[in-house]
Amino acid sequence: MNYVFQFGIVRDHLPELLNGAWLTLKLSVGAFLLGFVLAVVLAFLRSNGPRAVRVAVGAYVELVRNTPFLVQLFILYFSLPAIGIRMEATTAALVGMALNFAGYGTEILRSGIDAVPRPQIEAGHSLGFSRLEIFRHIIVFQALRTVYPALASQFVLLMLGSSIVAAISAEELTAVTNSLQSTTFRSFEFYFVATGIYLAMSLASRLALHGIYWFVFERGQPTR
Amino acid sequence: MSRDFDWSAFVFLLGGLRWTIVLSFIAFAGGTIGGLILAIIRTSRYAALRALAAAYIGLIQGTPVLMQLFIAFYGLAVLTGVRIDPWPAVTLAFTMYAAAFLGEIWRGAIQAIPRTQWEAAAALPLSPAAQLRHVILPQAFRIAIPPTVGFLVQLIKGTSIASIIGFIELTRAGQLIVNVTFQPMIVYPIIAVLYFALCWPLSLAALRLEGRIDATLGVAQRP
Repeated sequence: MNYVFQFGIVRDHLPELLNGAWLTLKLSVGAFLLGFVLAVVLAFLRSNGPRAVRVAVGAYVELVRNTPFLVQLFILYFSLPAIGIRMEATTAALVGMALNFAGYGTEILRSGIDAVPRPQIEAGHSLGFSRLEIFRHIIVFQALRTVYPALASQFVLLMLGSSIVAAISAEELTAVTNSLQSTTFRSFEFYFVATGIYLAMSLASRLALHGIYWFVFERGQPTR
Repeated sequence: MSRDFDWSAFVFLLGGLRWTIVLSFIAFAGGTIGGLILAIIRTSRYAALRALAAAYIGLIQGTPVLMQLFIAFYGLAVLTGVRIDPWPAVTLAFTMYAAAFLGEIWRGAIQAIPRTQWEAAAALPLSPAAQLRHVILPQAFRIAIPPTVGFLVQLIKGTSIASIIGFIELTRAGQLIVNVTFQPMIVYPIIAVLYFALCWPLSLAALRLEGRIDATLGVAQRP
């Protein structure tokens, strides 16, 4: 092996890489928020909607979970324009990530909803709460607490999976790395550093998500 | 100068599907070997080895597969000094990826076996290797099946990104057909349906196995 590694050139382009990483982070957090809201709505419909709606939500969840994210992106970005729905690459990436996250999130929330003890829901009924009120005041918070670790892992998967949106040339970390390596011919060095940035981001977001759990669910509670 | 999406194009897609299956199978087989080694190391009593295996798993699970694929592709090129075929890079990357995830799943399964099973096996007395082989692994195996099948679905879907470095599997075959037919509205949904046809039965099987095994464990654990 007589290859000489040159990481100096990566240092020169670090601001561009960090710019890409910033877009990765913005896309991930944005898709998480959008997808999460959608997942809560879908989870409510799945357990309370009319039969046809339940089936439709179930089908959506299965479709998202059993097809590759890359193909979902291609459908959004390349297929939809054929029926007149056009999006910019970054928008398509955000929408694709959010729709994908919503599919997994709905399934994750379902297990949390199932874990809420039935008597609590019956108690809500006997107090005259509507289904929506029961969902809002009794189920959601407890379900979220149960499934928080799963949702947090899903966020990290969402962020790592976002590298795939480079395939429709949304200018996030992977796409920036791709174009830098193709002009500098230092592919190994650039991918190595970009991978390190992803690793740092996933470790940092695990830490942050841990902090959020404590802040939302444990702060001010007596220690058990 | 474009042609329509016809039967021969569909047959071409099926050819791509075959490579998706072959790649998934190779990665799964290689990942099974690597994953088993990782799981055994992770539950062994050698702290340094455990830390090393944990670091490997953390590294693979904490970075995008696409980046691992790029590093394998360009890394192999750097090591060998020639621009290589996507094939070895793709199989290497997905095997390493599968090993990390399977290793972590199986570690959980091994650790789910009650301590007392180890102790009973040790009292018989079986050697540590025999304890693992005859007492722990057969039980861990049953717990591990549903999440393993679930991971297989993730792996099959994951292989779609091999298309990005030019490996011709189902997704890449779809892109090539779109390039000649200009009918993304037909081709990509068909690709999605083909993946779905491959993955959904596995997902259902994983769910069903999960239910069955919960039921038997419930009986077994009643005092």
